Amino acid sequence: MPGTRYALNQVESGAGSRSLELGGVLTFAESGQLWVDLSKNLSEVGQGQRIDFDMSKVEQVDGGSMALLVQLRADLHRRGASAEFVGAADQIQEIIHLYRGDVRVGRRNKRRARSGLEQVGASTLAILAEFQQVFGFFGQALLAMVGVIARPGTANWKDVTPTMEKTGADAVPIVILINFLVGFVMAFQGAVQLKQFGANIYVADLVGLSVCRELGPLMTAIILCGRSGAAFAAEIGSMKVSEEIDALRTMGFGPMRFLVLPRTIALMLVLPLLTLLGDAVGILGGLFVGVTTLDLTIVGYLTETQKALDAWDIFSGMIKAVFFALVIALISCQQGLSTTGGAEGVGKRTTSSVVSILFAIILVDAGFTIFFHAFDL
Amino acid sequence: MTNPLIKVSGLTMGWDTTILLKDASFEVEQGDIFVILGGSGCGKSTMLRYLIGLEEPMAGTIEINGTREAYLEVGRPPYGVMFQSGALFGSMTVGENLALSLDQWTDLPPDAINAIVRAKLRLVGLTDAEDKLPSELSGGMKKRAAIARAMVLEPNLIFLDEPSAGLDPVSAVELDELILSLNRALGLTVVMVTHELESIFAIGKNCIMLDKTTRSIIARGDPRELRDHSEDPRVRGFFNRQPSSQNIPPPAPTAP
Repeated sequence: MPGTRYALNQVESGAGSRSLELGGVLTFAESGQLWVDLSKNLSEVGQGQRIDFDMSKVEQVDGGSMALLVQLRADLHRRGASAEFVGAADQIQEIIHLYRGDVRVGRRNKRRARSGLEQVGASTLAILAEFQQVFGFFGQALLAMVGVIARPGTANWKDVTPTMEKTGADAVPIVILINFLVGFVMAFQGAVQLKQFGANIYVADLVGLSVCRELGPLMTAIILCGRSGAAFAAEIGSMKVSEEIDALRTMGFGPMRFLVLPRTIALMLVLPLLTLLGDAVGILGGLFVGVTTLDLTIVGYLTETQKALDAWDIFSGMIKAVFFALVIALISCQQGLSTTGGAEGVGKRTTSSVVSILFAIILVDAGFTIFFHAFDL
Repeated sequence: MTNPLIKVSGLTMGWDTTILLKDASFEVEQGDIFVILGGSGCGKSTMLRYLIGLEEPMAGTIEINGTREAYLEVGRPPYGVMFQSGALFGSMTVGENLALSLDQWTDLPPDAINAIVRAKLRLVGLTDAEDKLPSELSGGMKKRAAIARAMVLEPNLIFLDEPSAGLDPVSAVELDELILSLNRALGLTVVMVTHELESIFAIGKNCIMLDKTTRSIIARGDPRELRDHSEDPRVRGFFNRQPSSQNIPPPAPTAP
């Protein structure tokens, strides 16, 4: 055969019996070609026939090609034929033995493919189980919080301030930037429409109300979801996979009180404050557009904003922020604590915590909107 | 006759449809160095998790000091645990790792806590590691720090998960000597999982051997006795490093 260093000869040796003479150097590099040649050669072998792989002329064989030969032998056995390696020199026999080319071929356990319906059922059950876990965790967290209120000494207060610094103070620049741009964009989009009616000044109302009631709390929560939610999930997740959570439990510390509560408390304190900052900066973004493109004065814009907003508009946003904080902290910690399976598991849980938090935030926000609307708040 | 420190009766380990061990019973006496043995994947480390209380038995009971009280998360534990990886808290220094339990479970003033932390680190030969983060320590140092952390509340029982795995031979021997002298001097009961035969013969006083295929305890007693006198080929094979025929093919038959 051109280009190959092995030789393949077929010798008929009686009824239903054949011998395949292999020779030369069988290496991994040429094993692809060998596989094709042999498969073609053996494709018609059936029930009751016998094939001998005559290895007497083989000079050298490596693991890759041996693995393929052993597989071919096993396939032949499974088709009801018999096949053996014969005439191998000691060293070649050693390799045959190492790859178990000289043992009886066992039946392969066929894995039954799962039906579509079964897969849908299993995924649904998995999702329900996940929901159960999340709500169970929320319940536990609630109990732990009540426990801490009853006996404040049992909480891990030491971690609250550093967490507040990490999740709050460090997030200030990004919160400022994003909320300024949101106010800016809102004003621009609004101005195009309002200009047509000469109602430029109402840009202040539009920006003030939408930022304080809706966009400020929402955008700030989304930023914290990406920054702190992901960080909590990854941090607790890697603690879980490195047995640190187990160590904590055996030392008499509950992860709920020791890890989850300080993070939850810190976020619940920090997010409303960041929201307040976000509201102010959002209004400034609107003001910037008003003054530069709509010929409004600073005082005029601010007075209109003041007229449009009442305390409840700002306060309702901060109430939402407290709940957003709860959702971010609890979901991220829950996801972190359910991590299994090493670095990949940590990545998976971090991603899924961000997605679940975003979903939950929008859900909570919609709930609040309906609630406020129903009670005319 | 004193009561056993740990009493396991009818323990079945597993989850869902997987059963690792069926109806196992054994006892660990006060002052013992008790080794859990067996091939890879037979559930040695899992057994340790059951003893600590991290897993709930499918059947059977585990009593420590005569009670089934659960200590996890809720109280000062009567035992120390060293996990396989050390499981030191990565965000705290080694000293803080040790001080955590003392801070929570004792009324000691801060300078007394510091003194104990330093003494425990000296005990395991890590005098200058107090202010280091776990990530700055080598594997062996992490294990020693974890032993110090497990010892910090003066428990009379300590669980060790593969203490000498991955250590160089000298450090492994040092660790064995440390465990042995803690056992001799303080009467500390040690329950450990290990593969290291040298370690088992050097310090193990009693052992049980788990078997994956029969899901049972196939041997118990003094490891040296078992090595020399066991009738069971699986037990002899383990102690004499002879692979069983199921795992590795026997040597190739010599060509005629």
